Amino acid sequence: MHDRPRAATDPERERQAIADAIAEHRALRGATLPILHAIQERLGYVPEAAVAAIAAALNLSRADVHGVRTFYHDFRSAPPGRHVLKVCRAEACQASGCERTIAHLAARHGAALHATTADGRLTVEPIYCLGNCALGPSVQLDGRLHGRATPARIDALLAEAAAEERA
Amino acid sequence: MYSNKVQDFGTPARGADATVSLQIDGTPVTVPAGTSLLRAAAEAGVRIPKLCATDSLEAFGSCRLCVVEVEARKGFPASCTTPCESGMKVTTQSKKLGDLRRSVMELYISDHPLDCLTCPANGNCELQDMAGVTGLREVRYGYAGANHLQGTKDTSNPYFTFDPTKCIVCSRCVRACDEVQGTFALTVQGRGFDSKIAAGPTDFLDSECVSCGACVQACPTATLMEKSIVEQGQPDHAVVTTCAYCGVGCSFRAEMKGAEVVRMVPHKDGKANHGHSCVKGRFAWGYATHPDRLKKPMIRSKITDPWREVTWDEAIAHAAGEIRRIQAKYGTASVGGITSSRCTNEETYLVQKLVRAAFGNNNVDTCARVCHSPTGYGLKTTLGESAGTQDFDSVEHADCIVVIGANPTDGHPVFASRMKQRLRAGASLIVIDPRRIDLVESPHVRAAFHLQLKPGANVAVLNALAHVVVTEGLADESYVRERCDLAEYEKWRAFVALPKNSPEALEAATGVPAAAIRGAARLYATAGNGAIYYGLGVTEHSQGSTTVMAIANLAMVTGNIGRPGVGVNPLRGQNNVQGSCDMGSFPHELPGYRHVSDPAVRELFGKAWGVTIQDEPGLRIPNMFDAAIDGSFKALYVQGEDIAQSDPDTKHVQKALESLECLIVQDIFLNETAKYAHVLLPGSSFLEKDGTFTNAERRISRVRRVMPPLAGLADWEVTQALANALGQPMRYAHPAEIMAEIAALTPTFHGVTYDKLDRLGSIQWPCNDTAPAGTPVMHEQQFVRGKGRFVITDYLATDERTSRRFPLILTTGRILSQYNVGAQTRRTANTVWHERDVLEIHPHDAEQRGIRDGDTVALQSRKGETTLRAVVTERMQPGVVYTTFHHPESGVNVVTTENSDWATNCPEYKVTAVQVVAHVARSDWQRSFDQVADQQEALLPKSALLGGAPGEGR
Repeated sequence: MHDRPRAATDPERERQAIADAIAEHRALRGATLPILHAIQERLGYVPEAAVAAIAAALNLSRADVHGVRTFYHDFRSAPPGRHVLKVCRAEACQASGCERTIAHLAARHGAALHATTADGRLTVEPIYCLGNCALGPSVQLDGRLHGRATPARIDALLAEAAAEERA
Repeated sequence: MYSNKVQDFGTPARGADATVSLQIDGTPVTVPAGTSLLRAAAEAGVRIPKLCATDSLEAFGSCRLCVVEVEARKGFPASCTTPCESGMKVTTQSKKLGDLRRSVMELYISDHPLDCLTCPANGNCELQDMAGVTGLREVRYGYAGANHLQGTKDTSNPYFTFDPTKCIVCSRCVRACDEVQGTFALTVQGRGFDSKIAAGPTDFLDSECVSCGACVQACPTATLMEKSIVEQGQPDHAVVTTCAYCGVGCSFRAEMKGAEVVRMVPHKDGKANHGHSCVKGRFAWGYATHPDRLKKPMIRSKITDPWREVTWDEAIAHAAGEIRRIQAKYGTASVGGITSSRCTNEETYLVQKLVRAAFGNNNVDTCARVCHSPTGYGLKTTLGESAGTQDFDSVEHADCIVVIGANPTDGHPVFASRMKQRLRAGASLIVIDPRRIDLVESPHVRAAFHLQLKPGANVAVLNALAHVVVTEGLADESYVRERCDLAEYEKWRAFVALPKNSPEALEAATGVPAAAIRGAARLYATAGNGAIYYGLGVTEHSQGSTTVMAIANLAMVTGNIGRPGVGVNPLRGQNNVQGSCDMGSFPHELPGYRHVSDPAVRELFGKAWGVTIQDEPGLRIPNMFDAAIDGSFKALYVQGEDIAQSDPDTKHVQKALESLECLIVQDIFLNETAKYAHVLLPGSSFLEKDGTFTNAERRISRVRRVMPPLAGLADWEVTQALANALGQPMRYAHPAEIMAEIAALTPTFHGVTYDKLDRLGSIQWPCNDTAPAGTPVMHEQQFVRGKGRFVITDYLATDERTSRRFPLILTTGRILSQYNVGAQTRRTANTVWHERDVLEIHPHDAEQRGIRDGDTVALQSRKGETTLRAVVTERMQPGVVYTTFHHPESGVNVVTTENSDWATNCPEYKVTAVQVVAHVARSDWQRSFDQVADQQEALLPKSALLGGAPGEGR
């Protein structure tokens, strides 16, 4: 089940994050991408309300911004889980067993690719090459790179993250 | 007559003077530098397969069907993105190319529904054609793989559908929306296999789409398809004609089956529109066969009597009898006529001829009285000719564009798209308007200056701009010395240089910061080619004529008249308002703007018509109303104009109409004026007659009959019958003969004939021995009047002031989907976008009055009261409210006043002191409107209407 939106969205928080991101980057040449990144950084996703706001600020059409926002898979349209695990599926990682890792995530942790766990703990996303091919399969947990991501290592990483959360 | 298929050259023509020569399939070809191989081949008759290329758009190079081989070069370049080079030897067909193209088609077809026989594009589909020419025989991939065949059709737009299952994502639609229309409403959503054309995050109707039809035009498949084609099938023939909406005068192909229009498609060779269109011309033509169309002549003795259907002969005889009876009783001058800016030149000419020759007076006027009469006066006085100086193409050479009191994206959308193309290419923009119109800030366009003046302060702003030009040494003195009357210039120069005309001194009057005015003046004067475009926001003021002259002064002092890229350009409102003025519709002027007091002119026309023409100007429209109420004016013949809705101070107009003994209305619908009529003559739509329209750039274009007149007679035939019944013989067999008479009697039209129009497509007057092919840009060597004349333009505030009782200023305008009084567009699906007129009000003014967005409010002036729904928007400035007059029950003109331009009586629609209060009940006037509407509908026999009962079938 693609149970994407679980963390409640807060329109006021969204509005503020969008306004801040626009204010910070609007003077740049080609500010659309920096603004989209800044919003995602603040909220973890890019709400649809951002489209009209960016369009108005940058003198673009809503369709222009919509096209950019949907072109990059990295921009989420709904809040992710508390942790985001990106699993590399490029050629080298496939050769070193990333599909096994992915299957393990689904079976053991209830976290399918492109989905978030029902408790909102974890989102799993594919990524194509982290530049760590010699140490594949590679993953990125909350922005941090890890090599040799065997099922056992995945369990350890997630347990560590859960412990940190409790602390 | 016209082929249903129009050749597509693949990429746009290049205008370079330099040429290159090459060989395509062994044939020597010479083309302008920069021409693509694809186009060069097409021009030489060699058709290279293509899908993503079309000649309205820049090359994109995505479909890879148009690959060719070039001798001594590696690979297979796309011919659409490869420019011709001298000496190239190009091969367009080979075994290898055939294999490549077939493989590409195989991939396309592996993900395309194979329902050609039941597809609306069947018989007119580029994908189908390409499958044919590439010889596709099998699809080795099968059809079982991942595909896009499960998409849902978007039918939200009333005129076209978007079926993603048929889409090949060539992005022609996206590029058409960007490059041609300039709205940027479409995008490619997602990427890779997920790529999908989308109107942003919503469906088409809720998107930024303005329904211009450019995407539908560009689509090579049935993905974007007119609903009329879905319902009716492909056309079998086409006739080139001219749109009957705004003054842009777009050329269209009426695509037909028998006498039924199946779609209107913008004509690629149309010189005003170059293949582009807007929602009105492209889609909103269904009114022509609306059930409300009148199909029988009718008469009645009192306006409270039921209408009686009669034959044409009886109606004409009755009308003529009434005219003569009234003239016998009240005098020759007690009758008059009003010509229509929606009718053809030939029809307008006949109505003014009827009045001057058969009625025997000069009581003829036209709706230009209430729109651009100050243009005629102001430009004639300063430059010597009552018309705009440029062609539309001129805007491509402009470096700084000034838009004053015009809203081109709504009022003149096709020209606005051209203007936006130029703005995106680097021209700067100055907008002078009380309201933040879309041009001020819209996708990829932003005005360098928006001088958001108070309504009524145009002259003050223009004087302040001129002050900066003159006092900061920005005047083009050598141009002025060579081209203009120096004595007048010196007087004017001293006047605008006065401290009272400085931006600082006028700041309080204009409401515009002095620094912005100084910046704008410097930009316009120094940018290179400065072009001014203006609309009714200039003319419909008590100083309308003064403003036009102030614009001409500013253009002359900066040397911005007489070449491409510059000029003074009135954006004329209706399709033929330029033409109706040219044709002698004003009470003081015979055709070609020649005053009736000139004995030589009177003699010329008098001799041709076999009558004596009166030497005194006749009544203007407002004079006719006053005289009717006084009792000295008793009969009026109105062709195709709804004065009861469009003219200001509605209650005064209604009283005047009620005072007439005989009102003859000729119209396609029972309009508001017809409710006061005694004789109702059914008019014919532009699809039902031959003739010509003249657009805002003086371009005369043919209107061609594609179906017979619904009620049997074209409008010119009705006027002719009336003239004959009055004893003034008119024996024209065809409008071509009327044009021949116009050309013979009017120097600016001497060279115009229907043959030449057919040959050249269109002609811009003056067209005569010195300019046999017409005149795109006027005043090139010298001004028409000889020396350009600077006129002193003192700013005088209008008498219409705000007060405690009426603290706000109402200004009026137009919106994109509706046209003028709305008689046509209200009878189309365009009402989806604008089902009622609304009152725009600034949040500050709304809050003070406890008004929320969507509330019904009362709009009151010293003249009357009406109710409208409020739209709270920062587009307005505080203190100013705005509405439109597209719906009769809105009663906007119940509120507007009798104030008018000092020189021409053009009403001051743009400035009315008003109050706005929260309210729910309809006003007294609206209640009486409802009553009259019900009563008049009851008096109308159903059989007189095309669709039986009135009002049905919307």
